Amino acid sequence: MASAFWCIVEDDRQGAPKKVMAEVLGAASRLGGGPVEAVWLTDKASDAGLKQLGEWGAGKVWLLENAGLAPYRSEVWAGALADLAAQQSPRAIFGAVTSRQRELVARLAARLGVGLAADCVALAMNGDTLVATRPVYAGKLIARVTWAKGPWVATLRPNVFRPAEAQPGKTAAVERPAVSLPPAVMKFVERREEVSTGLPELTEAEIVISGGRGMKGPENYVILEDMGRVIGAAVGASRAAVDAGWRPHRFQIGQTGRTISPKLYLGFGVSGAIQHLAGMRTSKIIVAVNKDAEAPIFKIADYGIVADLFEVVPELTKEFKKLLEK
Amino acid sequence: MKILVAIKQVPDTATQVKVGADPRLIDTAGITWIVSPYDEFAVEEALRIKEKRGQGEVVAVSLGPERVKEALRSCLAMGCDRALHLNDAAWNGADTLATARALAAVIKQEQPQLVLCGRQAIDDDMGAVTAQLAELLGWPCASWIMEEAVDAEGTTVRAARQVEGGLEVFDLPLPAVLAAQKGLNEPRYPTLKGIMGAKKKEIRDVKAADLGLGAEPSQLSVVGLEALPPRPPGRIIQGDVPTAVKELVRALREDAKAI
Amino acid sequence: MRLELSEEQQMIQAMAREFAESAIRPIAAEIDREARFPHETVKRMGELGLMGIAIPEAWGGSGADTVAYVVALEEIARVCASHAVIMSVNNSLYGDPVYKFGTAAQRERFLTPVASGHAQGCFALTEPQAGSDATNQHTVAIRDGDHYLVTGRKLFITSGREASFALVFCQTDRARGHHGISAFIVEKGTPGFGVSKTEDKLGIRASDTAELVFDDCRVPVANRLGEEGQGFRIAMGALDGGRIGIAAQAVGIATGAYEKALEYARERRSFGVPIGQHQMVQWMLADMTTAIEGARLLTLQAATLKDAGKPYTTAAAMAKLFAAETAMKVTTDAVQVHGGYGFIKEYEVERYFRDAKITQIYEGTSQIQKLVIAREVLGS
Repeated sequence: MASAFWCIVEDDRQGAPKKVMAEVLGAASRLGGGPVEAVWLTDKASDAGLKQLGEWGAGKVWLLENAGLAPYRSEVWAGALADLAAQQSPRAIFGAVTSRQRELVARLAARLGVGLAADCVALAMNGDTLVATRPVYAGKLIARVTWAKGPWVATLRPNVFRPAEAQPGKTAAVERPAVSLPPAVMKFVERREEVSTGLPELTEAEIVISGGRGMKGPENYVILEDMGRVIGAAVGASRAAVDAGWRPHRFQIGQTGRTISPKLYLGFGVSGAIQHLAGMRTSKIIVAVNKDAEAPIFKIADYGIVADLFEVVPELTKEFKKLLEK
Repeated sequence: MKILVAIKQVPDTATQVKVGADPRLIDTAGITWIVSPYDEFAVEEALRIKEKRGQGEVVAVSLGPERVKEALRSCLAMGCDRALHLNDAAWNGADTLATARALAAVIKQEQPQLVLCGRQAIDDDMGAVTAQLAELLGWPCASWIMEEAVDAEGTTVRAARQVEGGLEVFDLPLPAVLAAQKGLNEPRYPTLKGIMGAKKKEIRDVKAADLGLGAEPSQLSVVGLEALPPRPPGRIIQGDVPTAVKELVRALREDAKAI
Repeated sequence: MRLELSEEQQMIQAMAREFAESAIRPIAAEIDREARFPHETVKRMGELGLMGIAIPEAWGGSGADTVAYVVALEEIARVCASHAVIMSVNNSLYGDPVYKFGTAAQRERFLTPVASGHAQGCFALTEPQAGSDATNQHTVAIRDGDHYLVTGRKLFITSGREASFALVFCQTDRARGHHGISAFIVEKGTPGFGVSKTEDKLGIRASDTAELVFDDCRVPVANRLGEEGQGFRIAMGALDGGRIGIAAQAVGIATGAYEKALEYARERRSFGVPIGQHQMVQWMLADMTTAIEGARLLTLQAATLKDAGKPYTTAAAMAKLFAAETAMKVTTDAVQVHGGYGFIKEYEVERYFRDAKITQIYEGTSQIQKLVIAREVLGS
């Protein structure tokens, strides 16, 4: 019976589902199109993680726990997941926009011969079919897309969907299906960790601070990081700043960088070129600080201050600190 | 070593994009078309592999209407040896899977040892073709690669893919598919000689029938396109810096409830 | 009549624009301020094939045509007039005549390295007493066996210090007037050949303008370009082509300044509206863009005639005259649109204004162009 809505679990590789799963599970539940189930491929699950998935609304967790699933390799994961899907015939398979899931579901959709909608920002049932909304053309347009047949495969942009409210005590039935893993073709060599800034990851952060060309040089980002520590924000940069070599590319927000959708975006010395807007225009609240009153970012900002960022940032950090210490 | 690079022609970022008369399509009038930026990283990397090995062939391939030849021509100008243009009305409205099927079919004919793509095309931003190609071909793939190195024998490629919090390095037996991320390299400009020589290079039209494929309905289709709803007008907070900052913090807390 | 660039020409234009925007734009103000020759970007222009655009590939060039040269040069000048003149001299004043009049051995030795961008060439005609009156050459070359002994001074020579090869015009037979002028290629490092000074200029400050001094400099007969007495013809032919290059440079300068004015007119507000809403400003912008289009078309026409092997002397003079006058007028108005900010270096439009002036002077002043045109229409 093709009825379940599957949510593929994104975890921290230590046995805990990431908070984006609350969003994916929440979105799937609100569609009301069928039972919501989590599918967890991991080398080590945890009881706490399983409990968490239940509290976020998963009625069932399909747990594929196997040492061969780490590190993530698409040929292994897609094969295992496709076998399970063939057995269980889910109605929809949702993932989050993360480095491994966006690749995994693409491969899975090809295996299943079905359509894929990546990076969705809204989902709705239209009678018996699912319609997804996703930004296209650098976010200048939005497209509504639908599937010829199921399962409907989609990835959901983090921070966009309202997360499921945890229901303490609600538990998921855990099933450990018999699925054999295809052999791994790729050989793992090493993982190189980035030097941690101690701040949240850009695409996951609820608050993102971004510094543009107005930062004048790499040495000045420290004032943004100070603010980031006070309010728990990730610190990113515009392409201009990345191309100038001030920040590594992984911090770039925009069309050729990361797409973010935080609750609060604070841009300092960012002009707001189309290519930057493409990566952050779905942010909920946008604050812009720029000396140039004509900077395009003010056109999409909810709040703007026309002033020198080097005067505003320390003052703002001080005020945030005062507020949060209350 | 034969390397195939799959590229897509897309509207330039700076171009205005409007919904067309058919609301499922954009109005293509007045659009400047370019090779999708990530695909340029893929082309550059393919050329570097060839140059480093001192031999080989780089074939550019793209699916789309007649205008796509311009994009292929600029790949030839950059240094690709020849191009294949999947040019058939059967592929109108192709989704990522239909595109991947067509590409997989042409790859089976060409038998390259390595396929390079861009991380995603900047028009529909799906970012799916690389993985789907790998699946259809039964090859390994690495997405969002920041570094690669093909071994001397041409049997393995070592690729570093960007993931949250770092890079993961894998050895992929060839043939394999890689998707280029920004930071992999700095694409070259076509030289004048390259541009002048490009017209002497072959761009071969490939029809669906040549690949043994028929028209297939897309699994994912666009119901409609809409302009982004405008954001409500914002507010420029006036006053000297300390006053404006205090007001901003108050507004973020009390009005927007964002902090 | 078709007014459309070929696919190759469009690609060359796009490449030149991208290169100019990404590699030259970031340094343009700085090299102007410091009057510093941009070695790095000139080397890259050579690698891209911009230093020998219309020279056949067999001689190190790119095998494109004059129209491609014009569109590429305009894109470079739109961002930096200094780079444009470096490129123009190499292509038009050195590469073109050496290709046209050089023997295979001369092309191999003196053209291939220059057209491929590994070395630069310069054009040494002007003297302290011979500017517009180019027939009045005082530099002499006296035959001495299989050498000539060259003595004299050449002034305001673009790329004079940087160039590895100088195309030098000398009097070999004073009695025959301009029929007694011959052309020689003198290599850098030849004893008796030196550079005595570099000029400090109003505009195109990052280009190198030098004085060359020849003192009993022994130049092999094998370095003579063309026959004895053919020099003046070679020089005038080169200048015809050079004028197309300077016209393209002027169009580029005007375009760059116009774009800055347009942007400013959209953004700057006065009396509650963007200044572009004021009719006086609109009027200036309309005049600017119309004149630029006219200059561009004249320039492309001259290039098209040259590519077709048809006479283009008059067309080149008209293009150069009109484009230079347009550049001066447009850059003046562009400063005006900016008001007080236009007078400030930070706004860059003043650089275009300073750079425009030379286009009315070098490779034949505007007055000389009028003379060329008038002679043609009067049939004299």
